[in-house]
Amino acid sequence: MYSKLNTCILHGLDGHIIEVETDLSRGMPVFNIVGLPDTSIKESKERVRTAIKNSGYEFPLSRITVNLAPANLRKEGSQLDLAIALGILQAMGIVEEFNNKDIAFIGELSLDGRLNPVEGVLPMVIAMRNLNINRCLLPYDNRDEAAVIEDMEIIPAKNLNQVVNYLNGEEEISPYKTNISFNDEDDIEFDVDFSDIMGQETLKRALEVAAAGSHNILILGPPGAGKTMAARRLPTILPKLSFEEAIEVTKIYSIAGLLQSKALIKNRPFRAPHHTASAVSLIGGGRIPKPGEVSLAHHGVLFLDEILEFRKEALEVLRQPMEDEVVTISRANATLSYPSKFMLVASMNPCPCGYYGDPFHECTCSQSSIERYLGKLSNPLLDRIDIHIEVSPVAYNELREEKNVQSSKDIRARVEKAREIQLDRYKNKKIYSNSQLRPKDIKKYCKLSENAETLLRTAFKKYRFSARTYDKILKVSRTIADLDNEEVILEKHVLEAIRYRSLDNKYWG
Amino acid sequence: MAEITNRNVLIWLSSLNLTNKIIGNIINQVPQLAELWYWPTKDIYSLKNIKTEIKDKLIQYRNDDYYKRLFELLEKHNIDTITIYDKDYPDNLYYIYDSPKVLYKKGNLIEDDNLAIAIVGSRKATSYGKWATEKFVEELVDLGVTIISGLALGIDSIAHRKALENNGRTIAILGNGLDIVYPNRNRDLYEKIPNNGAIISEFFLGTQPLPYNFPQRNRIISGLSLGVIVIEAKEKSGSLITAHHALEQGKEVFALPGNINSIFSRGTNKLIKDGAKLIMDVDDIIEEIHELQDKVKKRDEVGLDCSQFSPSEIKVLEALKEGPIHTDKIVISTGIDISTVNSILTILELKGVIKNIGGSIFTLSS
Repeated sequence: MYSKLNTCILHGLDGHIIEVETDLSRGMPVFNIVGLPDTSIKESKERVRTAIKNSGYEFPLSRITVNLAPANLRKEGSQLDLAIALGILQAMGIVEEFNNKDIAFIGELSLDGRLNPVEGVLPMVIAMRNLNINRCLLPYDNRDEAAVIEDMEIIPAKNLNQVVNYLNGEEEISPYKTNISFNDEDDIEFDVDFSDIMGQETLKRALEVAAAGSHNILILGPPGAGKTMAARRLPTILPKLSFEEAIEVTKIYSIAGLLQSKALIKNRPFRAPHHTASAVSLIGGGRIPKPGEVSLAHHGVLFLDEILEFRKEALEVLRQPMEDEVVTISRANATLSYPSKFMLVASMNPCPCGYYGDPFHECTCSQSSIERYLGKLSNPLLDRIDIHIEVSPVAYNELREEKNVQSSKDIRARVEKAREIQLDRYKNKKIYSNSQLRPKDIKKYCKLSENAETLLRTAFKKYRFSARTYDKILKVSRTIADLDNEEVILEKHVLEAIRYRSLDNKYWG
Repeated sequence: MAEITNRNVLIWLSSLNLTNKIIGNIINQVPQLAELWYWPTKDIYSLKNIKTEIKDKLIQYRNDDYYKRLFELLEKHNIDTITIYDKDYPDNLYYIYDSPKVLYKKGNLIEDDNLAIAIVGSRKATSYGKWATEKFVEELVDLGVTIISGLALGIDSIAHRKALENNGRTIAILGNGLDIVYPNRNRDLYEKIPNNGAIISEFFLGTQPLPYNFPQRNRIISGLSLGVIVIEAKEKSGSLITAHHALEQGKEVFALPGNINSIFSRGTNKLIKDGAKLIMDVDDIIEEIHELQDKVKKRDEVGLDCSQFSPSEIKVLEALKEGPIHTDKIVISTGIDISTVNSILTILELKGVIKNIGGSIFTLSS
């Protein structure tokens, strides 16, 4: 009257295998679940009882004890329903003995015995594979997501009856294979394109450089200059996700419950939280912490439109995740870490009314209110932004003059090439793009030609840059050189990089 | 044997450890100093206002043997001499009151050393004083200023060391003979400075670092420089003597302000109260010294050939002729791609021919 089955829970992004032990013994008919279950698991008693009954089986009138081992780990999630129900049925002898070592069960039961989809299937399946469990029985609706892991045998089931019949050998369920091949060349479809943007060559070029080196970028300009429009098209020029990156991103989305029946996220995420966002929604949180915007933007773009309209404390929490590329959230129940390697794109107006420096409108702000407004962007945050670019609105008649506009596809090809060069250069260094270079790496990798060095020194004296700016100019010139496929940074690269820093002195000098 | 000339006889006088005043007195009475060597003994005794012991000394050492050994000794220690008769006697020093008649030096002085600023301060430097010294030395060296100080511990040695670190020139003025390294802890500086400046003393070899020598050498520190920066000084400090000399010699005196409860800043704060210029950054120094202003102008002028432009630069300039224009429009009108336009704009801005007026809009600067 005893049975043992495997299932899985999540702790942040990490899956843990849980053994569900069930024992039926004589005594008062009670149903106990032990082993630190949380409310959703305690409630599973009712779902399991009803589901067994409604599936046409008899619920045993005996003392039922379910133990979730290891008992010291706090467990959460409704995906344990299926394993608990099957444990009872096996202890009753309805489900025959089978080799339970290499199979795990995931699924939430509904009262009529159907299997409902659950969140976080992908990280669970990955955890199983790592622990040598090679078969997983899970809800039909979760099949695509799980099938991404190719060396797992995914058995999708629609209801409890089907699972019982499958285990007893009365029904065959063929393992589900998806036709997702990751390396296929077919282009990702976007409904926007860089060629939509008329004029704004400067901004487009700055975005290309930023994308090529994964540099954080700040776009400054009056309303109507096309800041938001350009930023929203940034994902179309970002390099495609690698398979490992895609898995990481999908894991996060799986946990957050944002996968929306997609199997694998192939596009780089683009998150644009509204400026009323709280600090918690940005970095993540909750009783059991869920990933926030910074983690959802992992390997992608976090776009903060009108960055100065965000609450100050919300902005300041970004500093640590930007620096460490991982965010650690501590709550009473758990301390979890989620990755947060994102590219920050921020846009802002130069003053509260928006028209400071605009050639067509008059700015009505006082100098002190402009200073107060710009002061909201703290220096530590500003320090982490490599590229600053100022844009002006383009007059309508100028919009027409343009010829040979570049499409996102052309730009992306260049960006991908530059990224390849970087990946190759920083192989085994845990650096993936120029933006991640630390001061000591900068010395090593950002080699300037002799002319470029003299030029930079001259520029330094002229513009009175700080030492920090120096590092940033080197990083950005490294990226521009990569776009040009040059090993040594030349004069023109440095000169262009300087353009992206000229705002330092003007607004924050 | 070295020739008997005015300057050599002057060095001979100085080697007898006569004070600068006495030497001056003798020169006044014997305008052609070389003649002194041949004067009869009785004429020497008839010199006015000079003690008999000194006259005895003159006669005792007035022989070829001593004279020969004297110059051999200087050569052996690799020491140059500059006398008031020489052309290369520093201009800054020539016009001060009681200017030293003879200077002994290791290393060399160059034309640029006329643009010199002295930095002095207490031997016991606080971290604030250390920080300020390094900051000012770095900025001054960047302008091509020679740093003068006294090779003492504390502020002096920090100033020398920082100047050397930044490949600048520095001059140390000692209060003892050049064959004595004092303080011994600064031996490394003593050895390095002659390669990038000079070590100078008015005292003959073998003179011990006696306390009353230092106030005297302070007049050379201020004399050689265009201005004196006092970093930190207690209420009674040698640095204040230097500042005093500087005032008398008509040089600028700068003082670094400090907390009023810090004993190390009492002297400097008092200087400020008495009218010394309070310095907060190097611009405060540049403001007062017009020789430096020329340097700053030169520094800000970029080392680029501003008269020649490449064909694409000219194209961009043509586009700018019609008035302020946005970068994007330059791209359209010149047909040059944006990344090149960006580089060209930066180089033109560096050359000073165009200006960014905000919002990626550029205009010709004049």
